[in-house]
Amino acid sequence: MNIVALVKQVPDTEAQIRVKPDGSGIDDSGIKWVMNPYDEFGVEEALKLKEKAGGDVTIVSVGPARCVEAIRTALAMGADKGIHIDDPTLNNADAYTTANALAAAIKGIPYDVIFCGQRAIDDDSGQVGSILAELLDLPQLTIITKLDIEGTTAKAVKPIEGAQLLIESSLPCVITAQKGLNEPRYASLPGVMKAKKKPLEVKDAAALGITADAKAQVAKTTAPPSRPPGKIIDGADAAEKAAQVAKLLREEAKVI
Amino acid sequence: MAKGVMIVAEQRDGALRKVSFEVASAARKLADQLGDEVSAILLGSGVEGIAGELGKYGVDKVYVCDDAAFEPYTTDAYAQAITKVVKEKDPAILLLGASVLGKDLSSRLVGSLATGLASDCTDIKIEDGKMVAVRPMYAGKCYGEIVVSGSPQMASLRPNVFAAAENAKAGAVEKVDAALDASKLKTKVLEVQKDESGKVDLTEANIIVSGGRGMKGPEGYGILEELASVLGGTVGASRAAVDAGWRPVTDQVGQTGKTVSPNLYIACGISGALQHMAGMSSSKYIVAINKDSEAPIFTKADYGVVDDLFAVVPELTKECKKLLG
Repeated sequence: MNIVALVKQVPDTEAQIRVKPDGSGIDDSGIKWVMNPYDEFGVEEALKLKEKAGGDVTIVSVGPARCVEAIRTALAMGADKGIHIDDPTLNNADAYTTANALAAAIKGIPYDVIFCGQRAIDDDSGQVGSILAELLDLPQLTIITKLDIEGTTAKAVKPIEGAQLLIESSLPCVITAQKGLNEPRYASLPGVMKAKKKPLEVKDAAALGITADAKAQVAKTTAPPSRPPGKIIDGADAAEKAAQVAKLLREEAKVI
Repeated sequence: MAKGVMIVAEQRDGALRKVSFEVASAARKLADQLGDEVSAILLGSGVEGIAGELGKYGVDKVYVCDDAAFEPYTTDAYAQAITKVVKEKDPAILLLGASVLGKDLSSRLVGSLATGLASDCTDIKIEDGKMVAVRPMYAGKCYGEIVVSGSPQMASLRPNVFAAAENAKAGAVEKVDAALDASKLKTKVLEVQKDESGKVDLTEANIIVSGGRGMKGPEGYGILEELASVLGGTVGASRAAVDAGWRPVTDQVGQTGKTVSPNLYIACGISGALQHMAGMSSSKYIVAINKDSEAPIFTKADYGVVDDLFAVVPELTKECKKLLG
């Protein structure tokens, strides 16, 4: 089985995000970068599939030089090789451009299943997997919490509001991973050592025959609206405080 | 020349979903600024009868594609049909609800229509004749203003944020033949397993009662369930509680869970890690109940109670019961 897993490098969930004074983006100095947590679920599922069905796992990532760390992490977890798409014209690219670059790279390799996170926790767009599926003319199974692949058929569980769908798709297909799908393994120390020797190809936009074609741009980045300072409720005991809160919610906030 | 605002209406089991009325109302506002019409696409099987309801929320015209292949939803069938209708009708703006299925569909349409999408937006406006969509990024740690250069300009709107405002228009129904190419349908829904508990999804809940590490274990959530049931709310959880296995992952609020915007968010025993607060800080009112007066959650709370949640929550349930009689 030829398995592809996409990874993106993003700021850690505990990172403070500071907006640049001119609103042109975020100040990324001092940020700790990690593999997108949802991509970890994708990589783990790719590795589980390889263990079950055989084959190999190729990691593909778009981003600047630092993204090598995210690819190496996936290789250390057990993936076999990496493709790093690194081109200054693709930094901070929109979902359409990113998916185009990924599609161009993936067209050049054999694939049966493509995994990625259901969204990246930086821009929270949640688009790349589906756009990629469309560009490669593949079916998609998105935001999946359970997966079973037998032969050339994938069966996946997708939670929606108030229900769960059990969906079947033929392979090849794109699958986007949601939390709950699995428990990603940690890279072992021997894994980290081995990862250093695994093949990692770097490609730029020209090598892929693509040019950045942004369809959606972030014209301005702003800090979130600040919340006015709240009240700390006084009271002799829990009952008194609770009574006050209930009254405020009813009379002041009018939300109950 | 692309013209007008089109929405994709979402129905489930033959009933329009609330988010569709929210999207219709938002579309109406944009269309009024542009002096254009609002149209809607509605897909399903036997749904012609409900199409007119969209008129109540400002839709001038509803294109209905009725086909057994549209029930239940599959990406393949919906994307194929909607791509065709959108290309024919050529709207300037295309809006969808950012529900689970809306997210799946809208991102697929980015590929098939070769355009851009501002996803999960919390505000939308017209500036110089163009759509400007405002959306939280980094789960709300900052916001981006998005402009789309492709056509149509696409945005998906976060459920529960835009008001569904009645504004009666014709809602004229026109049947459209989707002419589906069945050879392109590669996925199939084998089973729809409904959650019979009647629990409202966190992303659509008006009131959320959420518990964190301070709940001390899964059994602690009983008192939150009681409060939620009195208030007609939904129980949520922090990452710590989900990772500890106390609550299912579908309950998680925060950067690696759901971003929510209820009218009221009651945080119990949640210290307020950055990744959690990112996911709930757009709630209209926040109540924090925590023993630790230094907990960061109090910086976001409208009403803070520094006390033992196991003492406060049952009292709060009692008081709310009294008030709501």
